[in-house]
Amino acid sequence: MTTLPPDVAAPRETPLGAPIVEFVLRLGDDRLVLGHRLSEWCGHAPVLEEDIALANVALDLIGQGAAMLALAGKLEGRGRDEDALAYLRDEREFRNCLLVEQPNGDFAVTIVRQFLFDAWSVLYLDALARCPHAELAALAARALKEDTYHLRHSSQWMLRLGDGTPESHERAQRALDALWRFTGELFEADAVDAAVAKQGIAVDREAIRARWNDIVSDVARRATLTPPDEPHMASGGRTGRHSEHLGHLLAEMQIVARSHPGAGW
Amino acid sequence: MTNDRPPSTDTQGPLWEVFTQEEQGAPHRHAGSVHAADAEQALQNARDVYARRGEAISLWVVPADAIVASTPGDAGPFFDPGNDKAYRHPQFYKVPRGVRGL
Repeated sequence: MTTLPPDVAAPRETPLGAPIVEFVLRLGDDRLVLGHRLSEWCGHAPVLEEDIALANVALDLIGQGAAMLALAGKLEGRGRDEDALAYLRDEREFRNCLLVEQPNGDFAVTIVRQFLFDAWSVLYLDALARCPHAELAALAARALKEDTYHLRHSSQWMLRLGDGTPESHERAQRALDALWRFTGELFEADAVDAAVAKQGIAVDREAIRARWNDIVSDVARRATLTPPDEPHMASGGRTGRHSEHLGHLLAEMQIVARSHPGAGW
Repeated sequence: MTNDRPPSTDTQGPLWEVFTQEEQGAPHRHAGSVHAADAEQALQNARDVYARRGEAISLWVVPADAIVASTPGDAGPFFDPGNDKAYRHPQFYKVPRGVRGL
């Protein structure tokens, strides 16, 4: 874990709620934040086809996030729906991992971030789709179908960028080096996970880590990329301690909803 | 019928024609085209551009270069002779009710 400056490390995070609510919020926030990040590419992608492809992935993720936040709100039982959770929570109340809030950077950063997430997400959702919580399992099964395609798409770009021109290779390697330290958090398990595991919602992080390593090393090898040997992993997103980027993202994402409370069209 | 198009000034990679099948047994119909560097990317781009709202159950992508097309100059000899021979058109039969897909 990296050392954060004092003002960031100060324990201002909101207290954790009921474990099952926290667990579902983490799932939903990952997807909402990554979906929003990808939506920033709309109209800016390198070619028209990729612009549409990234928008499709963004819409899939935002849809997944909305459904998961709706479930979190229901489980919480305080009358907050998915919109209230998406638009009216502050940075410290968001439970997404640090990886998904990292800025888009160049196209290689976006693709590497997506690939690292997709490879993890399909394994995580696959485990969750078999859990005894019926609603959660159904959401996971539906999301798994979408994320399986996302992984195919991002893997294809990993190969193309890594094994492409010297410049695309260098950018992809640089992105992999820069984002690697955010991958450790994906496999962390804390008290929330231990508590929901007692309800049968258990995802074996070590099993997932091993399979994720296999997927990532296989694609990296074929893409002529080298996963860095980076022992230091960043952490904190799951309890609301985020990098400086999330606040800016939320400011943009939430401004309309906050400026015009309850507005509709 | 020669492929004498001018060299492409397109910088987005080769062009692929996309065909989508809407349901089992239906023909694949031309839906449009996409740019892609290779077959897998063409298939993915076709999926993202033409099949993202469940419009298709199957996709074909074909390198646009592989398609040989008639030219406007062929129109006379190719297509006109059929028009003035009514007996070549199967329109003197009654189609039984209930027959679909003709």
